[in-house]
Amino acid sequence: MVKAIEVAGLTKAYDGLVAVDSISFDVNAGEVFGFLGPNGAGKTTTIRVLTGLSRPNAGSARVLGYNISSEIVKAKKSFGVVPEQSNMYDELTGLGNLVFIGQLYGVPSRERQPRAEELLKTFGLYERKDSKFATYSRGMKRALTIAAALVHKPRLLFLDEPTVGLDVVAARSLRAIIKRLKESGITVFLTTHYLEEADNLCNRIALLVKGKIVAIDTPASLKSMAEEKPALEVSFKVPLTKAADELGRRLPGLAVVRADDKIRIYGGDADVVLHTILGYATENGTQVASVSSLKPSLEDAFVKLTGLSPLVMVAEKGGR
Amino acid sequence: MWYENLRSIYYIALKDMKTYYLKPPAISWGIVFPVAWILAFYLRNPRNFEELVPGLIAMTILFSTTAMEVVVINFELRLGSLERLLLAPVSLSGVLFGKILGGTIFGLMITAVITLASVLSLGLFSVNIIYLLLILLPSLLVFSSLGALLCVLVKEVFEAQTLANLPRFLMVFLCGVFTPISNLPPVLKQIGYILPLTYTVDGIKQSFGSVGDIAIAIDILVLFVLIPILILPATRLLARRFV
Repeated sequence: MVKAIEVAGLTKAYDGLVAVDSISFDVNAGEVFGFLGPNGAGKTTTIRVLTGLSRPNAGSARVLGYNISSEIVKAKKSFGVVPEQSNMYDELTGLGNLVFIGQLYGVPSRERQPRAEELLKTFGLYERKDSKFATYSRGMKRALTIAAALVHKPRLLFLDEPTVGLDVVAARSLRAIIKRLKESGITVFLTTHYLEEADNLCNRIALLVKGKIVAIDTPASLKSMAEEKPALEVSFKVPLTKAADELGRRLPGLAVVRADDKIRIYGGDADVVLHTILGYATENGTQVASVSSLKPSLEDAFVKLTGLSPLVMVAEKGGR
Repeated sequence: MWYENLRSIYYIALKDMKTYYLKPPAISWGIVFPVAWILAFYLRNPRNFEELVPGLIAMTILFSTTAMEVVVINFELRLGSLERLLLAPVSLSGVLFGKILGGTIFGLMITAVITLASVLSLGLFSVNIIYLLLILLPSLLVFSSLGALLCVLVKEVFEAQTLANLPRFLMVFLCGVFTPISNLPPVLKQIGYILPLTYTVDGIKQSFGSVGDIAIAIDILVLFVLIPILILPATRLLARRFV
C-alpha cells in the first residue's frame, strides 16, 4: 500500500505545553483519513506540523515521500491545505483569488483562468466569480477556500474542520464535495470533531485525545470495539407492559431492558432469542412490529475508547 | 527552486500592489504626506526650492515605502492570509521579500512621479541618471525592508504604525532633508550618520550636482549593505511566529 503520509513519534510543544505527544500513524494513498478529537486535542497542530507551518520538537514525518523537515517546499507543490479559517483575500474577487493561488503554485498561465473557472463552477460560485471575497457568505468563503486548495491539482488534501460554522445545507454540500474528491483518488486528511461526519466520510479514523492517539482503525472496527454483546431491539404491535419482565424470565442470563415502548435484549443466541420473542407475542395475542439488531455508533466507540463524554465534541465548537 | 521562489516573490508583490497600495493608509502616508511637506516648503521659500529637492525625494522614498509595509504583514497574520502564502511552495524569506518588493515598487512609482515633476518643473536637467538610480533603487529596498522589520518587531497593526513614526521623524530632521547634516550639532550629526536616510539624501544631492558630505560610492555601498542587515532579522522575527 502506497503511503501518502508517514508519521513517527511526532511531538510538538508550545511553551512547555505538549500539544502533540509522540504520535505515529500512516495514511494510505487514496483514502480519507479522519483525525477525530475534541477541541485542544492537537488536530490543528498536527496539520500545521505536517504542512510546514510549525516545526516539530521531535519525531519525523514524510508527506508524499518528502521529509517535512528538509523538503517541505517540494512537498507543498503536491498537497493542498484548507485551514480552519477561510483565509482568502477580501479585496480580491473569487476568480482573482484562485488565479493568484494558481500563480503561486506555478500553474501555467494558459491553464490558470480555465482551471479557476472550472473550480468556481464545481463549487457553485461561478455566478459570483467577479464579486470580492469579502462579500461572500460564510459557506461561500469556505467553498472558495477549498477550491483554492485544489487549483494546482494536489494529490493530497488537508482539511482542517471544514464544516465548522456552516449551516446544515452548506455542510452537507461540502461533505458531498469531499466524497467526490475521494472518488477522484485524492487522499484526504480530515480533522473534525463531528463524529457523524467522520463516520460517513472516512476510510479510517484516528481518535486523538490530549495530543495522543488512542485508537486508529476503520469506523466499523472502532464501533465493533464498543460492541460488548450482540443486542436486539423488539417492539410489539400492541405494547405489552410486562414484556420486559416476562422475556427476562424466559431468557435467563440475558439482560432484558425496556427502552420507551421497545424491549432491548443483550447477549444470547439470536435464534433462541427470536423464537422466544415470537412465542411470547403469540401467547399474548399480538404480533412483533419490528426487530432490529443494535449496532454501536461511533459515539459509543468514542466514549469507550477515550473515556470522554461525546458532549465535549459538540459543546466546544458550537457544533450541530 | 530559486526560480519558483522568484516567481512567487513577483506574484506576492503584484498582489499586494492590487490589494493594499490604493488603501487610505498607503495614500495618506505614502502620497499625501510627502506632497503636503513639499508644498509647505515650496510656499515658504519658492526661490531656493531646488535645494530642497533631494531631501524631499528622499522623504518621499521613506514614507511611500514604509506606508503599508509597516502594517501589511501583521494585517495578514491577523487575517490568517499570510499562512495562505506560507502554505504555497515558497520559502518564508521569499514571502517576506515579496512583501518588501511590493513596498519597493509602490515607492518607486511615487518617487518616480515626484522626481520627474521636480526635474521638469525646476529644470534640473543636469541630474546624473546613473547615480540617481544607484541611490534610489537600494534606498527603496532599504526603507521597505525597514518597514517590514518594524512591522514584525510588534504584533499589532497600530503598534507598528506608532513604532515606525519614531525613526521616520528622526530621519526627517537628522538626515539632511531640510538642514544639511554638516550644520547639525556634533551629537545629532553622529546620530544622523547611523540613519540610512542620510546616505539617500547625500547621494541624491550628488546626483543633482551638489557637493555631498560623503563620497557617493560610500552612500551606495552603505545602502546596499543595509538591505541584508534589515532583511535578515526581519526574516528571523517572522519565522519565530511559526515555530
